[in-house]
Amino acid sequence: MRMTKLMEWILVGLLVLSSWIAVLIGKPNYANLNWYYKWFPVIFIFLFAVYAVITVLYRVFTFNNCKAAAIELQNQIKEARADLESKGISFKKQL
Amino acid sequence: MNSSIKDISKQIKYNKYSILLPTYNEVENLPIIIWLIIKYMDESNLQYEIIVIDDGSPDGTFAMAIQLQNLYGKDKIVLRPRTKKMGLGTAYIHGIKYSTGSFIVIMDADLSHHPKFIPRMIKKQKLYDYDIVTGTRYCGKGGVYGWDFRRKLISRGANFITQIMLRPGVTDLTGSFRLYKKNVLEELIKSSVSKGYVFQMEIIVRARQLYYTIGEVPISFVDRVYGESKLGSSEIIQFIKGLLYLFATI
Ligand SMILES: Nc1nc2c(ncn2[C@@H]2O[C@H](COP(=O)(O)OP(=O)(O)OP(=O)(O)O)[C@@H](O)[C@H]2O)c(=O)[nH]1
Ligand SMILES: [Mg+2]
Repeated sequence: MRMTKLMEWILVGLLVLSSWIAVLIGKPNYANLNWYYKWFPVIFIFLFAVYAVITVLYRVFTFNNCKAAAIELQNQIKEARADLESKGISFKKQL
Repeated sequence: MNSSIKDISKQIKYNKYSILLPTYNEVENLPIIIWLIIKYMDESNLQYEIIVIDDGSPDGTFAMAIQLQNLYGKDKIVLRPRTKKMGLGTAYIHGIKYSTGSFIVIMDADLSHHPKFIPRMIKKQKLYDYDIVTGTRYCGKGGVYGWDFRRKLISRGANFITQIMLRPGVTDLTGSFRLYKKNVLEELIKSSVSKGYVFQMEIIVRARQLYYTIGEVPISFVDRVYGESKLGSSEIIQFIKGLLYLFATI
C-alpha cells in the first residue's frame, strides 16, 4: 500500500524530531549548548511562517491583472449580441 | 512506420470534443459563450459538440438554449436538461453519459472561462498526448480580473497551503477549465467522492496518484459579468474539509 500524504508528513516529522532529540541527548554538556539547538523546532516553525507570509503576499501583489482580457471580452460580448440578434435570437434584456 | 504516423494524425484530425456547459441562471451568458465556442472551434477546424446541462433555471436559460439549438443545429448544440438544481458534480456525469466525443472539455458557462483557450489546450494535449490539460490562473500569463484583495489573498493562501500539504504537481487545483480524455475522466469520476469544487481538486490529485499525465495552459479568469458571484465562508469551510480529506486519503 502507498503512503498517504498524512503518513508522509508524520514520518518526516518524526524523523526530524527524533534527530533533534538525538542531538540534544548526544551532547555531553547540555548546559553549554547553543540556544538555537534547544529552540530548533520553534525557530523552524517561525522561519517557515515568515516564508509563508512573504510568499503569499508577494503572490497576491504580483497576481496578473488581466485587464486586456476583460476588455476583449466586453467587446466580444457586444459583437456576439449583434451577430446573434441579426440571426434572430431574442435576448431578454436590452443592452 | 510512415503509415502509422499518418493513421495517428488522421485520428487526431477527426477527434471529437464534447464541451460540457452546466448552466444555472445563465440566460445572459449562454448565447455569448456558445457564440464564442463556435467561433474558436470553427477557426481551428475542430470537430465538437456543445452539451448544455440546464437544471431548470427559473430565468429562462433553457428557452435560450432552444433558440440557439435552432440556429446552430442539433449536432452542434445538444440539450440534456434536468428538472431541478442537483449540483455540478452530477451535471458533469449526466453530460458525459450523452457525449459522443473522445475528449471532454469542462468549463463554466458564466464567461469566466474564455473559449479561446480551448484550441490551445487541444494543441498542448496533442503535442504531448496528455491525459488531462488544465487551465491555470497561477502561472505564466495566467491571471484574474475583477478580484479584490480579500479574494486574491484567500485564493493565493489556499493554493499555497494545498501545494505544501499535497504536492500535487499542478499549479491550479480548484480551477474547473479542463480538457480530459473521456475514458480518463470517467475513471477519475468513479474514484472520486467529493462534491462541489473540492471535486475539481480531488479529480486532479487522484489523476496524479494514478499516474495520468497532466499539462497546463495559462488562462485569464475574468470574474462573471452577468449574474451573481459568491465566495462565502461556507465555501472556505468546504475547501478546508476537502483539503483535510485528501490529505488523509491520498
Ligand atoms: N446544471 C447545473 N449547473 C450549475 C449548478 N451550479 C452551478 N452551475 C453552473 O456551473 C458553472 C459554475 O458555477 P458558478 O456559479 O459560476 O460557480 P463559481 O464559478 O464557483 O462561482 P462564481 O463566483 O459565482 O462565478 C456555471 O456555468 C453555473 O451556471 C447546478 O446545480 N446545476
Ligand atoms: Mg463562476
